Parts: sequence; C-alpha cells; structure tokens
Amino acid sequence: MPASLAPAHNTGNPIAVEMRGLNKWYGEFHVLRDINLTVRKGERLVICGPSGSGKSTMIRCINRLEEHQTGTLMVDGIELTNDVRNIDAIRREVGMVFQQFNLFPHLTVLENLTLAPIWVRKVPKKEAEEAAMYYLERVKIPEQAAKYPGQLSGGQQQRVAIARSLCMKPKIMLFDEPTSALDPEMIKEVLDVMVELAREGMTMLCVTHEMGFAREVADAIIFMDRGEIVESAPPSTFFANPRTDRLKLFLSQILRGH
Amino acid sequence: MALAIGLAGCGTGAYTWGWYVVSPFDSRGQASLKFLLAGWWATVSISVSAIALSVVLGAALAIAGLARNRALRWINRIYVESVRAVPLLVLLLWVYYGLPVVLGIEFGVFMAGLLTLALSDAAFEAEIFRAGIQSVGQGQTEAAASLGLSRWQTMRLIVLPQAVKRILPALGNQFIYVLKMSSLISVVGYQELTRRANELVLIEYRPLEIYTFLVLEYLVLILLASWGVRWLERRMAT
Repeated sequence: MPASLAPAHNTGNPIAVEMRGLNKWYGEFHVLRDINLTVRKGERLVICGPSGSGKSTMIRCINRLEEHQTGTLMVDGIELTNDVRNIDAIRREVGMVFQQFNLFPHLTVLENLTLAPIWVRKVPKKEAEEAAMYYLERVKIPEQAAKYPGQLSGGQQQRVAIARSLCMKPKIMLFDEPTSALDPEMIKEVLDVMVELAREGMTMLCVTHEMGFAREVADAIIFMDRGEIVESAPPSTFFANPRTDRLKLFLSQILRGH
Repeated sequence: MALAIGLAGCGTGAYTWGWYVVSPFDSRGQASLKFLLAGWWATVSISVSAIALSVVLGAALAIAGLARNRALRWINRIYVESVRAVPLLVLLLWVYYGLPVVLGIEFGVFMAGLLTLALSDAAFEAEIFRAGIQSVGQGQTEAAASLGLSRWQTMRLIVLPQAVKRILPALGNQFIYVLKMSSLISVVGYQELTRRANELVLIEYRPLEIYTFLVLEYLVLILLASWGVRWLERRMAT
C-alpha cells in the first residue's frame, strides 16, 4: 500500500522528500520493504512502530547515514546516489537530532553550534556566533553558551543539539527518537522546542513514541512494522480508526496508562 | 646524588672513588661536566624532532589503517608489522649504512638517528592513534556527517581532538621511550649524552662515576618530560 501523504492544507506545496520503492537489506535481513513516501514542504510527519521496525533506518536514509539498495530517494529535488557531491548537498539542507544527542564533548556549546556554519557554510566566525546565540535564545539556554556539553542536563543537551542543527538553516529536520534517552521530567522542555519549530512551518520527520506530540503537531502519522509502512493517516483517524490489527495491537501497548 | 653516595657506601673497599671527574669544584671536573652536559641539547633536539615526525606519520598511518580503501589498509598493516619487528639498533645500522646506498644520498648521523627513531616510533604511534580514533563513538561521526562536514573535516575537527586527549598518557610513554632510545644513536657517533659519556670514559677511565652521572642525567630528563606530559594532560582536561 503506497502511502501518499498530502494533507489538504499542504497539497500543492513542493515535495521535500520522496521515496519510491525503497528497499534495504542488512545481509539477509530485509529492513526496509518497498517504502513509498511523499513529504511536502512544511509537513510534519510522525513515524512510530515497534523497535526493529525500520523507522530509524528509514529516516537515516534521507541524509545517507544509511544507504538504500533499490528504489529512488529524492530530497529537496536532488536524487540521493553514490555521488558524494549530492550527499554533501543534501546533508547541508537536512538537519538531524539523535537519541543520544551526539554533541561534540571537546567543544563548548557555542563552538558546537558554530562549527558547521564556519566550516561547511563558510560563515564568518562573528556572524556564526551571533546566529548561534539567536538559536540558543530560542531553545532557552543562552546562558549555557560557554559550558561544555558534559556540564549540561540531558534535556539541555538535546536542546543544544536542536539548536546546532538549526544553525545550518536546514530545510528539513529529522528527529530520531529525540526524547527516548531523557529522564521523564526533561521530555517536555525538548518537546516544547519541537512544537514551536513545527508551528513555524519547519518540514519535520520525527521518529517518536510521544503520542501527545503526534496528536498536537503531526499532519500525518505513519505506522511501521517489519520494514514496511503499514498505515498512515492524520492523527484523528490514526488513533480513532486504526484499520489493521497490527496498529491496533501497537496502540493498545503504547497508549496503556495514558 | 643520594644514589651516588649509596653506591660509594656499598663498595668493597678495593675501589677508590674518583668523583673529581664530574665534580663542579674541580677544574678537571668542570671541563668534563661542560663536555657531558653539551649532550643535552643533542638528545633533546633529536628526540623532540623524532616525536614530532612520528606523531604525524603515526596519525597518517592510523588513518590509512582505518580507510575504506583496501590498499591503504594494507600499507598500514605491512608498515606496522614489519617496522615493529626490527630491533631499533638494527634499524639504525640499516638506515645509517644502508639507506644512503639505496637512496643514493648522503646524510649525517643526526638525520640517520632522527629517521630511525621516527620510523620506528611511528609504527607504535600508529597503533596508539588507531585505538584512540576507534574509541571515539560512531555517534560523533554521524553527527558531523549530518551537519555536512566532510570525512576529512570530521577526522580533523571532531575525531582526532578527542582521540588525542584520550591517548595522551600513551603518547607520553612513547615520548619517554624515544628519549631513552636516542642513546642508541651514540653507536653511529652522534654526540648525545651517552656518546659523550663513552668518550669521556676513554679519556678519564672513570666509568663508574661517569656512567652514574649519565644515569642521573637521564633521570632528570625523563622526570622533566613526564612532568611536561602531566601538565599537558591537565591543560587538555575539560
């Protein structure tokens, strides 16, 4: 079942990410099975599913942290091939936030934020620092600029990681379980930043199990299982009318106690 | 000096000590000291140059060893396995007497010594760097890639700085090792600390006193180096 996602208010927006018949194997293991997906500019997509379902692998294909074997993948009008120039061009436009933050521990918060703009975009240092401070204000931790990542809490580190991606002024943001490694009391501060980003119209693909977040901001939710997209629907129908047994089972498991 | 007094005390009595040979209060001793201490610069300069060269060469070899390219990985393996297997003295003799013939160029003892120490140490540095680079998590390179940094920028700006900090104690060990191994260069006539002590022994015929002084010279040198490495570690700790 090809999942063509184009919620009413976004129809007609240019396509940001398009996957056609995408397949990937790890040796014998078929991680991604015939993935078809269209994400338009400004669209917010939440991807959920049991662990090992291929959701992280799928979004990691978008900036080539993982390589797909068959099918086509277009990002911002550029096709991802083995051409290094294309990969570099796409990575400049696609930001990513990781489960484990992956901040650079030997650099201060400010240096973490200015590194890529200075070295990749060739922005003058002073300008890069001004932009970095602007984004630190937006994630509400400008006072931590001179500290090292190790001195911050998990929630603060993840907000720095989001700011670090935003400093490259990406057109698309990928979130790979951004709150899964956080203590419960820090999840909200990170989600708040993400909600704000969504409100400003950022194109977002989020792998997350935060269903409250999905309900609030997602244009569509995708359910993946065993390497395939099983269902995709706007939040209202996704939760109210799951069509497949697999999604019903999954929802009963993750929504228990909510 | 405590060591010297200790040695003096445990003599059999048959030996008459002649500390005048390295005494700053004796005119002959002063001349000897001046001669011996002139070797410091020679030892330090060749060791520091060798370390600098071997760190660069070792890092390059380590990066080659971790490259996607199979040929580069083989260069690393062959270099490390073969150079590491050759005793330093044998390598020195080969570099000093053999390499000029192979390359068709003449070089002096300093160059021969420097090359020997650097080439040999680079094999060890390569393994240390490889361990350091591999200890930096994959998440770091992925984050760098996602920001658009090239592989080379990632290595230089993200991986190596973290790796170097972690391998600093091991690099310090290598530096001390090189300082001590530089004494072997005396064999081909490089006038560093050991060579000068040997030459003085032939003139003065006071081996015990002179070699004891030599031991102390190395001790002071190594302690200074080890203190320097610790200072560097503290400075780089964040």
